[in-house]
Amino acid sequence: MTERNVTHGTFSLERAYPVPPEQVFAAFATVEGKAAWFEGGEGYTTVERTLDFREGGRERVVGRWADGTVSQFDASYYDVIPNERIVYAYEMRLSRTKISVSLATIEFKAAEQGTRLLLTESGAFLDGYDDAGSREEGTNKLLDQLGESLARVAA
Amino acid sequence: MRAEPAALDRVFHALADPARRSMLERLSRGPASVSELAQPLAMSLPAVVQHLAVLEESGLVSTEKRGRVRTCQIEAGSLQRAEQWINERRTQWERRLDRLGDYLARQTKQEGKKP
Repeated sequence: MTERNVTHGTFSLERAYPVPPEQVFAAFATVEGKAAWFEGGEGYTTVERTLDFREGGRERVVGRWADGTVSQFDASYYDVIPNERIVYAYEMRLSRTKISVSLATIEFKAAEQGTRLLLTESGAFLDGYDDAGSREEGTNKLLDQLGESLARVAA
Repeated sequence: MRAEPAALDRVFHALADPARRSMLERLSRGPASVSELAQPLAMSLPAVVQHLAVLEESGLVSTEKRGRVRTCQIEAGSLQRAEQWINERRTQWERRLDRLGDYLARQTKQEGKKP
C-alpha cells in the first residue's frame, strides 16, 4: 500500500535577460516560444504539447525520457498580465503517478539592461516520490540552501 | 521518512532564525553539549535553551541527558524531504531558465541579421 504523505516547499529564483520584458513574456505566451526552452533537455522527447495561454486556459506538456519514464505537466492559468505577471497552478505526473501539485508565479520587471525575471514556486510534494541522486548533499550544504531559499522567500 | 505538513512547517520555522541555523551548523560537525552550543553565541543560556527547544520540536535536533550534561545532535533525516523537493524543482527551473536565455539570445542574433 502506498504510504500517504505530503511535503510542502517554496523556492524563488531570479534571472536577468538582456532583452525587453515583451520578448521574455512572448517566450511564455506562444507554443513555439515555450517549446524552445520549456522541456526536459537532453534525453527528453516531447510527445504532446498544447497551450491555451489566457486566464482560465490550460497547458499540457507530455514527454518521454530515455529510460522510458513519461512525464506529464498539466497547468491552469489563473493570472495573466501581459509583460508583467503569470500565475499558474500545475500537477506533475511521472509515469501516471501524481508526484506534485504546485503554484508558480512569474514576474517580469523592466530593468536597466533588459528584464529581471522572478520565479516563485510553492508546492505539495506527494507520497515520497523518490528521485535518486538528489540525496547526496551534505547536511551543511542543504542547510545553506534551505537558509538561502528562506531568506529569499522572506526578502 | 514520513513528513506531515505541520512537521515541515516546524522545520522551516526552525530554520528561519540565524541563531538556530548557526546552532545547526555547529551540530552538523558533531554532537555538542548545551554549553558548547551557547559558547560562540552572544546570548544568555536560557535564550539558547529556548532556541534548542524549537529545534528539538522541529525534529531537526535530538537531545539526551547523560549525567549532568545534555548532549545535542542533529537529525539529518528530517531535512531530507524538504531538501529533495527544493533541489529538484530548483535544478529543473535553473536549466529551463538557462535554455530560455539561450533562446532569447538566438532570437536577438537572428533579428540582427535581418536587412
